[in-house]
Amino acid sequence: MSQTVLNCGYVPLVDCAPLVIAKELGFAGEEGLALNLVRQPSWSALRDMLALGHLDAAQMLSPMPVAMSIGLGGLPARVDTLMVLSVNGTVFGVSNDVAADIGTVPFGDANALLSALSTRKGAKLRVGVPFHYSMHRLLLSYWTSTAPNLQIEEITVPPPRMADAVADGFVDAFWVGEPWGSVAVGQNVAQLMMTGKDVWQFAPEKVLAARHDWVEANGDASAQLMRAVYKASAWLDAQKNTPLAVEILARSEHLSISPDLIDPALSGDIVTKQNTAPTPVGRFLQFHKHAATFPWRSQAAWIASQLGVDVAGIEKAKACFRADLYRQNLAGIGADMPGASEKEEGALHFETAVASTRGHMVLSPDAFFDGRTFDFS
Amino acid sequence: MNQNLRILVVEPDPERVRAIIDALKDAGWSDVKALAHMSALDRTVKEFAPDIVLIDLTNPDRDTLEHISHATETSKRAVALFVDQTDDILTQAALSAGVSAYVVDGLKMDRIKSVLETAIARFKIMRQMQSELDAAIQALEDRKTIDRAKGILMRQRGLSEDDAYNLLRKTAMSQNRKVFDVAHALVTAAELLS
Repeated sequence: MSQTVLNCGYVPLVDCAPLVIAKELGFAGEEGLALNLVRQPSWSALRDMLALGHLDAAQMLSPMPVAMSIGLGGLPARVDTLMVLSVNGTVFGVSNDVAADIGTVPFGDANALLSALSTRKGAKLRVGVPFHYSMHRLLLSYWTSTAPNLQIEEITVPPPRMADAVADGFVDAFWVGEPWGSVAVGQNVAQLMMTGKDVWQFAPEKVLAARHDWVEANGDASAQLMRAVYKASAWLDAQKNTPLAVEILARSEHLSISPDLIDPALSGDIVTKQNTAPTPVGRFLQFHKHAATFPWRSQAAWIASQLGVDVAGIEKAKACFRADLYRQNLAGIGADMPGASEKEEGALHFETAVASTRGHMVLSPDAFFDGRTFDFS
Repeated sequence: MNQNLRILVVEPDPERVRAIIDALKDAGWSDVKALAHMSALDRTVKEFAPDIVLIDLTNPDRDTLEHISHATETSKRAVALFVDQTDDILTQAALSAGVSAYVVDGLKMDRIKSVLETAIARFKIMRQMQSELDAAIQALEDRKTIDRAKGILMRQRGLSEDDAYNLLRKTAMSQNRKVFDVAHALVTAAELLS
């Protein structure tokens, strides 16, 4: 049987793992796909290559397909989110100087950290983020919007340069995906203060995206890709596979990063400060459990609302998170489906059982640090 | 002519910068500025207020450049060229030459077209030179691996250099592989066994 060649763009970060595993462990091959992973130098380049048809599919920051579909951010194009690739997995860190200024703040306490930063003397806090249309930037804005005294300047820095940007004093803090937070700690230029989930406990981080027209014209290839990635994410979530996953990621040519830098994100054991013991962070980076791969339309709506769009924009955003395709393409391989495709974002403070196609499924907490909830239905 | 356009070239490599600027100046644009370090980008964009920013498609600093164009006041905001898809051929040509351009919103396509054509032509030449250089480096690396494989065969099997090469070539032919691949496998195996 001849295989369908599929070009999929990605940026070398730990959370590209589902794509690498889908290829390297043969989940894509079993589906009849020759998955060609094409490394991209920046999110802008990845966006252009996808929009102009040089890539069939791509790993994207979750706000990118939303922004493109509602016509924001450089290159408008109807881009669909087929599924979520990863939930959470980002860290917020500050320079050693800022850490000394604000004194001891318990790791992961978003409220305490916000008040400590607000009372800090001095100019505005320059925070490095990877891209304008990123969950990092949206969470930063959401978190700091409740502290009017805290002046923030967002500066886009390519993640591999984040540690240097802190060392050179170009930024005072950063919000970045792993391994780049651990790299900054390893170079003893910064301390990690919290993770993304301390602001939103269930934030869709990376998604699998493709042009809407391509999806419509390539229904089979879309389904094959989704099934391969779904199986890869299930494999990644099994704790016993973590050591092997670290090794495969380190050895493959896709992620030129050493194993000890990949391990913290996958194991959740995060070293927050040099020469200290790692802090175990539960649900640091989620690939599969608790319907992590399900593209909730309400997640798209939350992203759109943070981008400040109107009701029509929110509807466009919802439509680009393809919960319908997820149900259609993954039901056949035994994926459990939530009863609804939207939820009240922020309403869950504990693991909660909800109705699903196979009885009940347990959803992860999805509360925001300030307890707000968002109902877009 | 459109000589009054302000063009900013973001490129760390001084030789490439010179090549691009020379090409633009030869074509009649004089108001061209080059920038190597992103740390000065914010200030440069504000002070120089370029109409067009040219940057290598693969430059990781593109994300930073885009952010600055978001943050600049809306009246004079540089947006990705690809916004203007009225000229899809030009857009695709830019993409395959490896140049991305950011232009101030509202600039007419016919005003910037010749700038882009000049840039595309220059980037194409640079890309070709780079791939020729990469090929030469690769050929040298291949050569080294084949020499090492020959050395191993000469030592282990007491062959002459010619015989060692012929053995590699025959093995490659019978397995329908490249000589380099056979040599590479032999060198790897020898490293594992030593």
